[in-house]
Amino acid sequence: MSNDFSINVEHLTRVEGHGNIELNVKNGKIEKLQWSVVEAPRFFEAMLRGQNYNELRPITSRICGICSIGHSLASLKATEDALDVKITEQTALLRRLAINGENMQSHILHIGYLAAPDLLGVGSVFPLIGSKHNDTVLKIVKLHRLANEMSDMICGRTVHPIRLIVGGFSLLPTKKQLLALQKRLGESKSVTKDLASVIQSVSDKLPNFTRETEYIALSANDEYAFYDGVLNSTDTGKFKDYKNYQTITNEYFVPHSTAKHAKHNRESYMVGALARFNLNSNQLHPGAKEVAKMFKLKAISYNPFMNTIAQLVEFMHNIEDSIDLIDTLLDKGIKDEKPVKAKVKASRGVGLVEVPRGLLIHDYTLNSKGYCTKANCIIPTNQNHANIQLDMEKLVPEIIDKPPKEIELTLEMLVRAYDPCISCSTHYLDVKFI
Amino acid sequence: MKQKPRVAIFDFADCEGCELEIADLEEEILDLIEIVDIVSFREVMKEHSDNYDIAIVEGSIMRPMDEKRLRDIRSKAKILVALGACATIGGVNKIRNQWMHDEVVRAVYGDAPVHGNKLFDVSKAKAVNEIVPVDYYIHGCPIDRDEFKQVITALALGKKPEIPRYPVCVECKKNENICQFELGNYCLGPITRAGCKAICPTNNSPCEGCRGLIKKAETKCVWEVLERYNLSYEDIRRRCTMYNYGKEECQVDE
Repeated sequence: MSNDFSINVEHLTRVEGHGNIELNVKNGKIEKLQWSVVEAPRFFEAMLRGQNYNELRPITSRICGICSIGHSLASLKATEDALDVKITEQTALLRRLAINGENMQSHILHIGYLAAPDLLGVGSVFPLIGSKHNDTVLKIVKLHRLANEMSDMICGRTVHPIRLIVGGFSLLPTKKQLLALQKRLGESKSVTKDLASVIQSVSDKLPNFTRETEYIALSANDEYAFYDGVLNSTDTGKFKDYKNYQTITNEYFVPHSTAKHAKHNRESYMVGALARFNLNSNQLHPGAKEVAKMFKLKAISYNPFMNTIAQLVEFMHNIEDSIDLIDTLLDKGIKDEKPVKAKVKASRGVGLVEVPRGLLIHDYTLNSKGYCTKANCIIPTNQNHANIQLDMEKLVPEIIDKPPKEIELTLEMLVRAYDPCISCSTHYLDVKFI
Repeated sequence: MKQKPRVAIFDFADCEGCELEIADLEEEILDLIEIVDIVSFREVMKEHSDNYDIAIVEGSIMRPMDEKRLRDIRSKAKILVALGACATIGGVNKIRNQWMHDEVVRAVYGDAPVHGNKLFDVSKAKAVNEIVPVDYYIHGCPIDRDEFKQVITALALGKKPEIPRYPVCVECKKNENICQFELGNYCLGPITRAGCKAICPTNNSPCEGCRGLIKKAETKCVWEVLERYNLSYEDIRRRCTMYNYGKEECQVDE
């Protein structure tokens, strides 16, 4: 290989949003290696100023198309925390179904459309149509459709849900719809297993790279946490004072990115499916544990490329969990509940949720008339940017003797493994209103 | 057979939810690529070509560097389609336009050293047609998948796509919904362009106006609605700011 080369990936493809990778090597030494986010900042927290508490959910949903259900739920939890709204058990169960649907939708999109092409040696999913992998593509499409239709059924729409409102749901699914969904979920377990086998057969393409880092996710006593839980770290354990989440998520500014970075106990930490797996894997459903076994994935895994595999494990878990949730809902019978009414007061509320890419936090301060005066959103991808950079800094020297094209692909695969959501991460920023 | 039109999809400042709606066409994407060649779609493919007939542009325009990129896309495309509310009317990004630009930048970046950094050179949020001419619009936040298919099919056949010019109320009535005003909600259905199948009121939620205001709203009827439900002009103006900031004055009060 040559001693001098440069890699410049402008607007990395098959990720959500705009990010660049830059690598300059001179005389075999790295002169510059930088992951930067170049998406235009969008000032969401500034836009929440003066909005009524009922409007915060529909506006923050627009931070991200892929995780709009997650943003909606973090938003509702923050608003309901501020206004002491206690949701019903039925609402909590349905919201868990909603978050499962979104997690499945987002994970299968990433596994199938964004990450798998690298493992199968193509530039996108399109060339796979009509190839020997045609059957795999159809399986991915089938699972993606199921996840989307599930979200449509619970939320009224997958992208920017409609039915999720303060205190409950504007419209409820019927018993008949839930039964039909449950049947399809049951059938999709074997499809998921088949897909896992195909990915397993090419998993030697996943680089065997590790770097010890800190993992942060929510943890709950009685379930693999998505909708509810307390902050937890592989380094420092549980942190129950959720309103002081900033002690964990210390965000800071870097000039080459329109997205903030974050650090806690070390120079960086990671959130997302692998972080959740590393902290909570013993709470996975049996089928999900089997998928993990197929890939020999065990906690704690320090290989970021395994995040995609952890997503596959979670996909199976979400299916199994949703089947159980529907059982509970139907046992109790769907009641025609109206949303719990909020009593407006001056207050601050914080909502924490695990979304496909990791820990998401919304934090609102409302005035006595129920209008927002201050807002802060902590986005999963922002928490991962520093970790991506440090992974690159360890990875490149390990592979520097490979051809530049291969180094470029490996770096692209690394960023894609994090499944970054760059629209989210440039929602921008801590705002202090005067 | 005539060569298939070459389509490129681009995104600017937005949530990429409308592109996701395209991915969510599932098996129907296979039908779509029967009639057009997708030559660039960064969100899902690595391949890219600068040789295209139809450019589909998603997102609002915020920075000079983005304006330049958009002009370049326009110069290469025979037809330019604006995709989704951020591109067609500026969308939620325009909410912040109600404040002085300098004040927003200072409020957001504080003392961080962003001066002279082109990544942060942000001006007011703009719709695509405020920078370059737009040939066709696919409205909505997010877009309606069926409408997307209709527009692309029409363009592939060399026809002019038609989008509704009547209000959401027409589709809402067709769905036999109870009027949101009757339920005590404030709905923008009477003045918002249809084409969404009235999806929000059909899910028992008021219309937010994401498809933009219709050109010639029946203002007499709107005033009657406001009067009947004892709502003020101020209410309609406030509701309009989510998607139609700066548009409500000329559209409603004529």
